[in-house]
Amino acid sequence: MALIEAKNLSKSYGTIRAVSNISLSVERGEVIGFLGPNGAGKSTTMKLLAGYLQPDQGSARIAGFDISESPVEAKSRLGYSPEGAPAYGEMTVKEFLYFAATLRGLKDAATRVHETLALCRLSDVAGQTVDTLSKGYRMRVGFAQAIIHDPEVLILDEPTDGLDPNQKHEVRRILSGMAERKAVIVSTHLLEEVEVLCTRVILISRGEIRCDETPKSLLARFPGKRMDEIFRHLTT
Amino acid sequence: MRAFRAILAREFLGYFRTPLAYVFLAVFNAFAVSLAFFVGSFYESGIANLDRFFIYHPWLWAFLAPAAGARLWAEERRQGTLELLLTWPVTVWQAALGKFMAAWLFLATALAMSLPMVLTVSWLGKPDLGTIACGYLGSLLCGGACLGIAAVCSALTRSQVIAFVTGFLACFILVIIGYGVLDNLLSGILPAQYVSNVARIGLWRNLEPFTLGILGIQPLTYFISVALAGLGLSTLMIERR
Repeated sequence: MALIEAKNLSKSYGTIRAVSNISLSVERGEVIGFLGPNGAGKSTTMKLLAGYLQPDQGSARIAGFDISESPVEAKSRLGYSPEGAPAYGEMTVKEFLYFAATLRGLKDAATRVHETLALCRLSDVAGQTVDTLSKGYRMRVGFAQAIIHDPEVLILDEPTDGLDPNQKHEVRRILSGMAERKAVIVSTHLLEEVEVLCTRVILISRGEIRCDETPKSLLARFPGKRMDEIFRHLTT
Repeated sequence: MRAFRAILAREFLGYFRTPLAYVFLAVFNAFAVSLAFFVGSFYESGIANLDRFFIYHPWLWAFLAPAAGARLWAEERRQGTLELLLTWPVTVWQAALGKFMAAWLFLATALAMSLPMVLTVSWLGKPDLGTIACGYLGSLLCGGACLGIAAVCSALTRSQVIAFVTGFLACFILVIIGYGVLDNLLSGILPAQYVSNVARIGLWRNLEPFTLGILGIQPLTYFISVALAGLGLSTLMIERR
């Protein structure tokens, strides 16, 4: 069974068609690099998959549960970090994660918070309010709330945006460590990230899927070209 | 239930994380007491009851319930946390109810801080405590009705300032309905029976029976309906974002 399954998802904002007829399927152990220029519909697709937006047409399933029909079951198996990793700024990191864990009904909330703080290397700032954190820490807080319940499905909208190279490496390290047990979709603008981290590339442009294959086969299709050249070729 | 409780606690404690809470509590009580003493001639009247204290509460709630309610949804929108909250395994209704009850509990805290007024009248005379309790209930319900309106205004926007101003305006209209000035104005245009019907939807006309110790079905229904309608409408607006 595919852990993430989307069928013919479409979404318009007024007259602008943001996502058009997108279908995709992600199995356990896969890490999908979700690529596309700004405004291509990456974030909208992720919002549809996570159940924040309702599609005009089509459906999405998380771990077998339809996100519109059984939202609570689907969402409890999903970890989602929206673009910019929003968090309640006036709470401390620890309080925020504890709140997330409680809302998710985790029985061992305190232990999970402790473990996640350690895993995401947030223990040093656990008592600081989110508003006072630097961008790198904030992004990690967003990531931490998404993995606190060790979900089967992980959808991360630009989790490495604005991080320095070391921090990016750190996020990739954590992701790779857990990837084989999960189905992961990561949107990014960093093409080198795709080559090291992702098992498959889905490239979208103007709301439609342009390619859906492994990084290797994509590179093989355009001999002698670099990833960024292929990206430009497919999206312009 | 678990999610409702967690949201209620977070939202309620959230007020005290910012100076807003203390400003709110101080302003509410300073105004509630000074209006009663200096404008309402509470002391000079020589009567041991609190109706001169409660009479100004619609004004206070019209101003302060939108202040407390402005952040309910607008702040979630501004911070982007709405997207987080609604992709956690929580229904919009649980979130909305938790938030609303937290804000109401906060208004109740402000109101509870005025309890020394009860001690004052009890020391000065022999007030009817049942009437006073009824007045407090009425005031709390009146605050809930204003909060319902504030919740709708907060669901409309990502700006707390806009949420506050529109909420205040809507509540302000309900306050002045039923006051003499507006009645006189309306009698010039409308037949008399309409004027008195219009007055019935005002906050004060519905609070008045409570301050006299009368627990009427109509005002009770009025406040609860406005609060519930506001809660329901704001929830639908968030659900259909």
